[in-house]
Amino acid sequence: MPHDHSDHDNHLDPIEARVRALETILTRKGLVDPAAMDRIIETYSEDVGPKNGAQVVARAWAEPDFADWLAQDATAAITSMGFSGRQGEHMQAVFNTDGVHNLVVCTLCSCYPWPVLGLPPTWYKSPEYRSRAVYEPRAVLAEFGVTLREGQQVRVWDSTAELRYLVIPQRPAGSDGLSQAQLAELVTRDSMIGAGLAQVPT
Amino acid sequence: MTRPEHPFDAPWQAQAFALTLALHEQGLFTWGEWTAALSDALGADAQDGAMYYQCWVFALERLIDQKTGTTEAQRANLAHAWRRAAQATPHGEPIKLENDPEASLICQ
Repeated sequence: MPHDHSDHDNHLDPIEARVRALETILTRKGLVDPAAMDRIIETYSEDVGPKNGAQVVARAWAEPDFADWLAQDATAAITSMGFSGRQGEHMQAVFNTDGVHNLVVCTLCSCYPWPVLGLPPTWYKSPEYRSRAVYEPRAVLAEFGVTLREGQQVRVWDSTAELRYLVIPQRPAGSDGLSQAQLAELVTRDSMIGAGLAQVPT
Repeated sequence: MTRPEHPFDAPWQAQAFALTLALHEQGLFTWGEWTAALSDALGADAQDGAMYYQCWVFALERLIDQKTGTTEAQRANLAHAWRRAAQATPHGEPIKLENDPEASLICQ
């Protein structure tokens, strides 16, 4: 918690009180059910996260047929693995290759594929990332420690309320013979935004 | 940059998030309406995680006013009531709106 309340009695910050006021109004109107809200919070705090996306990427590396499906209809391919829900209705998978590195941003707000990546990291929501990813993606990538190959093109994808992107990073060298579960361990959240690469097995 | 981050820094952020999803699921607004409201509120102000959710709450208040006819005054009165209730609640006990000492004046 950001504040220490030990020196006085119960206290609500103005923003906390505003949120409670909204909840009260909406509950009285019958528009929200507090129990349903608790379920939503639990789901997004614990169950949904980048481990889901990592499983999708690992399967795409291991099964060429699945990779093809993902390329053609990412929404269906991802839903088939049980990952669906809000902000995942229309997905597109973009594959990194020797020639192209993909980077995802939402310039307008913070659209992000929740079912496969969970909620976005703080930096993804910052105005700095939202603008610089578009006009100087190479500099942004360098700050994330991503070195591009000579001649490798950067393609920046701007998410919208209608379409979300999942970057499929390149399968790292030395990962032959690993199981899908082991492969998934190599797939970081940042690599699925394009702000990182998959880890090399040690 | 790859360290795991908890999605919410404080319970109110999680509450605001859950309210938004619940209202959308109820059909109060489309997801496009929500992202438009959020991007309007964000502007260039959301420098860090806390400001991001401050903007989120602002956007949600606007959209709820627009869709349900609530007013800023109603929301402010209730928020004040919640703060008075908090002050009147002994430390360690859950804060309830009924604890507001002026409750009889504003809660119909």
